[in-house]
This record gives sequence, C-alpha cells and structure tokens, in this order.
Amino acid sequence: MGFILAAAGSAIGLGNIWRFPAVAYENGGGAFFLPYLFALLTAGIPLLILEFAIGHKYRASAPGSFAKINRKFQGIGWWQLVICFVIAVYYAAVIAWALSYAVFSINLRWGDDTEGFLFGQYLKLADTPGQFGGIVPGVFIPLIVVWLVTLFVLYSGVRKGIEVANKIMLPALFVLFAILVIRALTLEGAAEGLNAFFKPNWDTILNGKVWVAAYGQIFFSLSIGFAIMVTYSSYLSKKSDITNSAFITGFANSGFELLAGIGVFGILGFMAAQQGVGVDEVVSGGVGLAFVVFPQIINTLPALNGFFGFLFFASLVLAGLTSLISIVETYIAGLQEKFNISRAKAVLYGGGLTTIVSIVFSSKGGLFFLDVVDYFINNFGVALAGLVEVIAVAWIARQLGKLQEHANSVSDIRLGLWWKVCLAVITPIVLGYMMVDNIITNIRENYGGYETWFVSAYGWAVAALAILLGIVFSLFRNNAPEIAASDSKEVSR
Amino acid sequence: MEGSAIAMMIIGIVIIWGGLAASIVNAVIKARQNGSKSDS
Repeated sequence: MGFILAAAGSAIGLGNIWRFPAVAYENGGGAFFLPYLFALLTAGIPLLILEFAIGHKYRASAPGSFAKINRKFQGIGWWQLVICFVIAVYYAAVIAWALSYAVFSINLRWGDDTEGFLFGQYLKLADTPGQFGGIVPGVFIPLIVVWLVTLFVLYSGVRKGIEVANKIMLPALFVLFAILVIRALTLEGAAEGLNAFFKPNWDTILNGKVWVAAYGQIFFSLSIGFAIMVTYSSYLSKKSDITNSAFITGFANSGFELLAGIGVFGILGFMAAQQGVGVDEVVSGGVGLAFVVFPQIINTLPALNGFFGFLFFASLVLAGLTSLISIVETYIAGLQEKFNISRAKAVLYGGGLTTIVSIVFSSKGGLFFLDVVDYFINNFGVALAGLVEVIAVAWIARQLGKLQEHANSVSDIRLGLWWKVCLAVITPIVLGYMMVDNIITNIRENYGGYETWFVSAYGWAVAALAILLGIVFSLFRNNAPEIAASDSKEVSR
Repeated sequence: MEGSAIAMMIIGIVIIWGGLAASIVNAVIKARQNGSKSDS
C-alpha cells in the first residue's frame, strides 16, 4: 500500500491539474480520450511495468540498476538523476508560489488585477529574460519552507518519511480536490464547461499531432523516464505484484487527471457564464491558469471564496510535494549507493545543493529561467532519456524477455507479446517522432520567442550538461560494495 | 450538456476509474489470500 501511494503520489503532480485539462481541450475534447487511453495502455502502463521490473529485479537506484543490466548503461541512470536534480530546483519554486497563494487566499490578497499581482507585486518579474535582479523575499521564504519539509521527509527515511508522508498527503489531496470539484459542479455554467471539455471533435482523431500530444501527456505525467519508478520499486518486497501495481499507478494518475479536468472545466464554465462569453475564450493552462485565472474565479465565487481558494492552492502544494519528494529521492538513493554514505549525509549534500541552486528561481528573473529550463529539460531531457532507456533495454541489451519473466514470476496479470511490442516498437517510434519534431521546431524558432543566447545558455546547454554530467558521474569509481538484494530495503506494498 | 459529451464523459469515467477499481480489488484479494496463507 505504501509503495502504491508513493508511486501514485509521484505521478500525480502539478501537471495533472493544470496541464491535462488544457491539452485535452486543445486536442479534440472528448475525442482526445481515445488516443489518451490508447497511449496509457500502449506506452504509459508498459513503461511503468518496465521501470518497476528493473528496480524490483536489480534492487538498486537507477544508476545501479542500469549498471546491472549492462555496465555501460550506468550513465543513463546518472543522466536521469541529473535531470531529476534540474527539475527539483525549479519545481520547488512553483510549490512555493502555491504555498504563498494558499496564504493569500485567506483575504484574497491578489485583488482584482490578478495578472498584475502575480507578475508585479508577487514575483516582481524582471524586465528582460536573463536578469537575476535580486532575491524576492516573498518567494524565497516559502521556498525554504518547501525544502525544509521535503528534506525532513527524506531524512526520516523510506518507511518513516516517504511512506508516511504519502499516506497523509495523497488522501488529503483527494479529499481537498473532491470538495473543490463538487463545488465546481454546482456552479452556474458548469455544464457548459463540461460540455466544452468532453464534446468530441472527431475531425482531430486522424491528426498525428493529437496522438503525439496524447503520448506526451501520458509520458510526462506518469513520472516515467527519469529514475523515480526504478528507485521506488527497488524498495518493494520481493513478492510484490509489480504488474498490478503499475496498473493501479497508471489508472490512479489518469483518474486524478480526469477529476482535475472535470473540476477545472466546471469552474471555467462558471467564469465564462459570469463574463457572458464562450468557454473557449477563458480556457488556459499552466502557470496562467493556476495563478491568474483561478484567483479571478475565486474572486467571483458566490460564497466562501477564501476557503475554496485555500483548497485549490493547498491541493497544488500537496500534489507538488509528493512529486518533489520522489524526484529528490532518486539522487539521494544514487548518492548513498555511489559514495557509500549515510542517508543523512546524502540528504545534507544532495538536498542542500538543490536548495542552494533553487534560490535562483526566487530571483526577479526566476520565472523566465523556470520557463526555459522546464521546457528544455522535459523535451530534451526526460523524453530523450526515456527513449534512450527503452532502446538500450529493448534493443541493445535485449532484456525485455528476462524482465517479462521476472514480472510474471511475481504478478497475477501475465505479460505477453503485447508488452514487448509496446516497448520495443510503439514507444520508440512515438518518442522518436516527438524528439525529431521538437528538434526541428526549436531549430526553426526559439522557444517562447526568447533571444537565442538565452535559450542556448539556459535551455540547450542545461539539457546537454545533464547528458555530460551523467557520463562523468558514471566514470567515477563506485565506493559502495556490490548491493545485494536485501529485505532491509523493503517497504510495505 | 450534449449527448456526445455525456457519452464521452461516461466512457472516460468507466474505463479509467473502472480500471482503477478493478486493479485495487485485485490487489486487495491477493493481499487477503497471502494473509490467509501465512496464517495457516
């Protein structure tokens, strides 16, 4: 149970709440569910099973597990850990914003001009991208709080820290969000919002980009391709049913996304009704949806505005924290194993360094850095590492058969040829296409209209540095003795 | 809401939440079976 909650907690993050609803709407509404479900069953769950099987079979962190498949693959694991480090440094900043906004909700401190409040009063956004412009105390203080909570959970260990935190935070997230969704569905205009979300536009179903968007959504929201699931499953007991655990994690993640879509579009329908416009005119996603549009909606709720505002931003904090804990745990486990150091030292060095670097994102230019780093590390870090991982395991090491045998030896649901086809054929083709398409798009045009030096220094260079550091770390000699499958590492299932 | 939107909502809910419920039930049954085996 602890493992499933931790894995689901990792998968369910900020993207489920603010990315999925907008992606689904832009890609055919109800018709998007077809490619989305297809992607879940042919890439999401098979990849989850693969990563669970790798961690469970080799019982080590990502670099250790990949090294046991083939010594030369250790670099893939380290590359994924560096990606986790990069994501952690900015992800914590977004959770810090949500924490601030949970407090601001009490007296609706953002006022009527929510956009001006976010960029002007709260973030004190620099004039041009690339400027640091000094630390913003209103972001810095909650950022330190986020890190104290995260590092305390990690310091407390896998069973007493991560497992306990997820047992509290994930149910709390579901309860808070369920209250919010029920309220959303009782608002005037909610039905129009849901109609916009679910109404199928069948013309989009043959559009290749819609299918790529569905695979992208599944891939980015399931925490696959960046070491988390390998690390978590290495703590599982030997007899744990890993295939069923992958199905629960995948469906729980999608179930929450669906819930988020219903809640978000119910509320957007209310906003559209208040303004007398169509739902299409108020749809947005990402930071703008959470920190500009939602405060506007909260302002116009008929009653208990502060309470529902608090529920929304507290949900973001909980969803973010459970994911952040899993992201940082990957390199805490990697450092422990590589340098044979105690958990306390790994948390101190690994977590301490992450905290220091993340302070950059509490500067006045933090949002610009965050935007570019997030885009490049996801598209040319997570997705590329996932592609390399699948090719390495399926085609170079040809380990799918052994991993299938391992999964079948502990699981009720038997993996057949379909699992191998999904991983060896479908996933590499889709991820490969996504990669080529992204590279061409970004060569033709700078992401977000930023200047070339800025996307080169904080986008391309960060993604390239992750690969380089992955190789460098893999060349360091391992100080730890060979890790044996140990029951002391296990957590309850 | 239009009929097609309601139909897609129901399909999504049935497949995703139904899949989740079935997987959880499977895990619970297996846990009980393992528990009763270890008791005996």
